[in-house]
Amino acid sequence: MTSGVDLSRPQQQTVGSDEDVVRVRQMVRTVAVAARLSLVDQTKVVTAASELARNTLVYGGGGTVEVTAVDNGRKPGIRIVFADSGPGIADVDLALTDGYTTGGGLGLGLSGARRLVDEFDILTAPGQGTRVTITKWSR
Amino acid sequence: MDRVPILKIGDILLVSIQVDMSDQTAVALQEDLAERIVATGCHGVIIDITALDIVDSFVGRMLSTIASISRVLDAETVVVGMRPAVAITLVELGLSLNGIRTALNVERGMELVAAGRGYDDYDEFDDGPDPAPTASP
Amino acid sequence: MTLSADQSGRLSYLLTSRGEQITQRWTEVVAGQLRGRLSRAELVRQVQELHRALVDALGKGGGDLAAEEAAELRAVLAELSQGQARQGFSATETATGVFALKDALLGVLETDQTSETLRDYVAFSALVDQMGLFTFESYVRTRESLIADQAEQLLELSTPVVKLWEGVVAVPLVGTLDSARAQVVMERLLQTLVDTGSPYAIIDITGVPAVDTQVAQHILKTVVAARLMGADCIISGIRPQIAQTIVALGIEFGDIATKASLADALRHVLRLSGVEASRRQPRREA
Repeated sequence: MTSGVDLSRPQQQTVGSDEDVVRVRQMVRTVAVAARLSLVDQTKVVTAASELARNTLVYGGGGTVEVTAVDNGRKPGIRIVFADSGPGIADVDLALTDGYTTGGGLGLGLSGARRLVDEFDILTAPGQGTRVTITKWSR
Repeated sequence: MDRVPILKIGDILLVSIQVDMSDQTAVALQEDLAERIVATGCHGVIIDITALDIVDSFVGRMLSTIASISRVLDAETVVVGMRPAVAITLVELGLSLNGIRTALNVERGMELVAAGRGYDDYDEFDDGPDPAPTASP
Repeated sequence: MTLSADQSGRLSYLLTSRGEQITQRWTEVVAGQLRGRLSRAELVRQVQELHRALVDALGKGGGDLAAEEAAELRAVLAELSQGQARQGFSATETATGVFALKDALLGVLETDQTSETLRDYVAFSALVDQMGLFTFESYVRTRESLIADQAEQLLELSTPVVKLWEGVVAVPLVGTLDSARAQVVMERLLQTLVDTGSPYAIIDITGVPAVDTQVAQHILKTVVAARLMGADCIISGIRPQIAQTIVALGIEFGDIATKASLADALRHVLRLSGVEASRRQPRREA
């Protein structure tokens, strides 16, 4: 299934359409399996990636996703970076509140994704684009 | 774009989602179903998500919307076959799928639809507690 | 610390030419330590195997335990300490089995001294120290994996999911629930619901001495997840102290059904499924 894919190197995917969000999910799943995440943890990180990739597409006007298998010396994990050069987020705390939305969704994308992963970093400013980094470790 | 097939079995429309849906496919399914409910006059919709390895907020919202639309069109929607890992993730995500009835598998889903119809037809004034499991917390 | 080629050669020669004397003395020292907990024959076999592996390694020029040539010696040492760790020997006893070689070497070196003897002995002794430390480390690793295995087995044992009735499964929880165990219980219960097609689950916490916020949250999440899948959970056996804790912590159990005992919970479930079954019959009397 993953023949010919070197998982020790970062996998990249541009996000410009709905189908690309599906591709991001599949890419994240492959790396999460290789990082020996449990089934529940795989499901959590793929779901988080789906939410964030959709944000990149809908709010960031498209961008890139980079998936890397990582190791902190004790356990393997997966790190995903979502980057766009869209309008950015003015009030990050507000954007991370459950139910807050500017796009007509459920407002669970950012806040929900943060609950599904072990590490969550967001770098953004108005007009500067948005860069979200998430990490999930194998238990 | 992929389209999810909708099967008609007796008084029930059965949708078995077998592919990792793009958002467009999900929206198309929502529209197709509304049309089929009206066209067939079916009173039950069963959405089988056994094959889905994730349900994110977009698909969750689609399921809620389908349930609401079908209720307006006098049909009962039951979502069946949600995997444990998916359910655990949805709880963590904070998605409660309000107003959606759920069942473990297609068979139980059909029982639930049948029981719901019997309830409506013969026992309309019974306002006792509803023992059927629903997804509302 | 690496032995020079000369030293390796001399040690190898010594181990071979005085082999019998060395292994005999070595065996005696170890036997004294273990006080008959290992059979004489087994002990002799171990010492001889170690002796042979050491001579082999030295013969190939492996004067350093970390060297490529000493791979087999390391394997023998690891196997020895794994065996002793599993049989319940202490770390000291295991390491002494290797350190005893120093004693044996000293015994033969004393009889034929040359100008190099002291220097050699220090170098040999350093190699033996390396071997001892290596043994110690593999001993600890073995014990750690034993503990991890046992913890996992305990987790399996302590979280049985039983079928109580057609369509009803139960998890009787016993003992302290930490977050990790609560998570395992949750996943296992939900999987059993799918496997058995059971729409009802009873979580019995009679055997749980205390509940903290985190554990209560896990139980609540399990109940909500089960509902999403189309199954209903009932919690039974809540002790008075736990009920007080739940209220004091401000945990909202909402509309989750709770029953005093497992029997009450089962009766409740059977009544629910009975009502469901009778509903399929048309009822006109209302």
